[in-house]
Amino acid sequence: MDFLNWLWLIPLAPLFGAIINGSLGTRLSRTWIGVIGAGTVALSFVLSIGAFVQMLHMPESALPIVHNYFVWIQAGSFHANFGFLLDHLSGLMILIVTGVGFLIHIYSTGYMHDDPGFYRFFAYLNLFMFSMLTLVLANNYLLMFVGWEGVGLCSYLLIGFWFGKKSATDAGKKAFIVNRVGDFGFILATMWIFSTFQSVDFGQVFEAARKLPVEPLGMIGAVTSICLLMFVGATGKSAQIPLYVWLPDAMEGPTPVSALIHAATMVTAGVYMIARSAALFDRAPGALLVVACVGAATAIFAASVGLVQTDIKKVLAYSTVSQLGYMFLACGAGAYAVGVFHLMTHAFFKALLFLGAGSVIHGMGGIQDLRKMGGLRHKMPWTFRTFFVGTLAIAGIPGLAGFFSKDMILASVWSSPNYGRVLWAVGLITAGFTSFYMFRLLILTFFGNARYTHDEVHHVHESPASMLIPLGVLALGSILGGYLNVPGFLGFATAEGGEGASTEHMLMAASIVAALSGLAVAWLLYVSRPELPARLAAGAEAMYSILTHKYYIDEIYDAVIVWPLLQASREFLWKFVDVIVIDGAVNSVGFVIGSSARGLRHMQSGFVRTYAAWILAGGVFLIAWFLR
Amino acid sequence: MIPLNWYLILAAALFLIGVLGFFVKRNIITLLLSVEIMLNAVNLTFVAFSSQHGIISGQIFVFFVLVVAAAEAAVGLALVIAMFRNRETLNVDRSNLLKW
Repeated sequence: MDFLNWLWLIPLAPLFGAIINGSLGTRLSRTWIGVIGAGTVALSFVLSIGAFVQMLHMPESALPIVHNYFVWIQAGSFHANFGFLLDHLSGLMILIVTGVGFLIHIYSTGYMHDDPGFYRFFAYLNLFMFSMLTLVLANNYLLMFVGWEGVGLCSYLLIGFWFGKKSATDAGKKAFIVNRVGDFGFILATMWIFSTFQSVDFGQVFEAARKLPVEPLGMIGAVTSICLLMFVGATGKSAQIPLYVWLPDAMEGPTPVSALIHAATMVTAGVYMIARSAALFDRAPGALLVVACVGAATAIFAASVGLVQTDIKKVLAYSTVSQLGYMFLACGAGAYAVGVFHLMTHAFFKALLFLGAGSVIHGMGGIQDLRKMGGLRHKMPWTFRTFFVGTLAIAGIPGLAGFFSKDMILASVWSSPNYGRVLWAVGLITAGFTSFYMFRLLILTFFGNARYTHDEVHHVHESPASMLIPLGVLALGSILGGYLNVPGFLGFATAEGGEGASTEHMLMAASIVAALSGLAVAWLLYVSRPELPARLAAGAEAMYSILTHKYYIDEIYDAVIVWPLLQASREFLWKFVDVIVIDGAVNSVGFVIGSSARGLRHMQSGFVRTYAAWILAGGVFLIAWFLR
Repeated sequence: MIPLNWYLILAAALFLIGVLGFFVKRNIITLLLSVEIMLNAVNLTFVAFSSQHGIISGQIFVFFVLVVAAAEAAVGLALVIAMFRNRETLNVDRSNLLKW
């Protein structure tokens, strides 16, 4: 069987699932909905593996494999195909998306089992898989944008999945509106690409871009502008400063959604886009520096907020923002492959952590507050074990996936030409923060004594097998994922090799020290001296208050952007333009016609001969007119 | 040969009779008859001019008017019957419901 001929079915299979579940879902039993939902994704997964293996057996010269199915848009000189592109990068991405996606579908059959919107959930989830796979398989920027918008839509639908809750619908709207800003950057970048290269096709654009000279640092030419605009799109979708604000709120959605969309796949679309556009970014070191700086700033900023959050999902959300910052830091250092490597390991351990958190929330009957947990180690042994693995992996403990990718990021940042040492230091501090807040989360949830009362939680129970098996598989991925030589496999020409082995060992030691010190501080604060956190918070009250209020960013955005917009809309657009100008014009037309008709209606007397007299008068008038 | 003016004067007189009848009478059947008189006055004018100028189209037009008049009489009389059944009167001044 030639899997490459079935490339088109990889995104389309989940679309069929979405259509069936979405249209017939109310009549199907939950078993069938689950089978269709997970089964179509499983089919995509199998096809992806097949295509991937087949691709590996092909000679390097035959790559990338491009299948153009039909001409999608043809207008003047503008031309866009509907076609898919398979190379090492997109092959890896479809494996991650379908693999993690399949596990999360399985998990969802258990997690969402008692929800009345079961079929709706799977329809949305399958639609998301379709959009995401279109995004990564597209062979031109315009089709990529279709997937890009599709995942944004599904993200909105799934964040507001429990639409009866106002906070959930608000969060959905926030995600959608913030993403609009970023998408605008993407659209402008696509237009600029077309006007510069006369094509939106990846192959042609990158071919032409490789012939362009490198725009030196500080010069903002066409390529730099394109890359910066693309990065604006990436900051929206991948939750970077200044557009990260939607991601923490997106935790209002069901936990499997947080795991699939807001941790493992959709939010990494920005990283994928930059890695895909490596040929453009290589010509624009200025844009790369911006990417690296924004990534580093986001990483340390979000990690510091994560230090003090008390909602289990909020900690993980800020952690995701921070880890995405890491990926951009790697891309900004020119090490795209390392960024994608971290994307992969992060997909494993962050999906694992979110699903583990979901399992905890499920077992606790909906409680998400860390202060009310504790001691769950014995009640939920398998959740604990897998969560423990995930924590070790993200904290960068040697031997697990996160260690390898994080270490490679720090090493490539160290040797990057512009401000490499500064960015490295920021990354290292972030690694320490990451380790601290993850162990804090672990200790508060699973160790110590139970802090919930019997009234709040009736019986804490371990989750069903449908939820635990995905956790186990992801835990395996979190351990073994780091041993894959992804950067070598992706084969980007990275600017590495300047550092000797001793420097590399020094860097590795530094990141291990950072991880272990985070662990040590967490242990000190929450196990051996549990009274210390409160005293620390009291001692550094200003700092603590800033952190718990997330640097007041939401408040600042409200005051600077949302409030003026609302007031301008309300006071000017509504009360003046709409009420006075538009309504006024319409109403006065109605008034003129109405009042004139009120006078003229007296002509309608009901007497036939009066009408005849009018006709006669009209006839006489006409004749007189013509005879004049 | 009778000059054209005589025909036109006769037609005008007939038309005036129709108009006056329409305005003076209240019986709806009389009103219909008045309308027919007016139509025939117009027909007479058509035929007179047609004969005078030797152009056939005036006479053809008369046929159309006759057909329309026949149809109008059929529909009009049916309406009169319906109206009489409803109101039990033929006085048009009593049928004045359709007004503001």
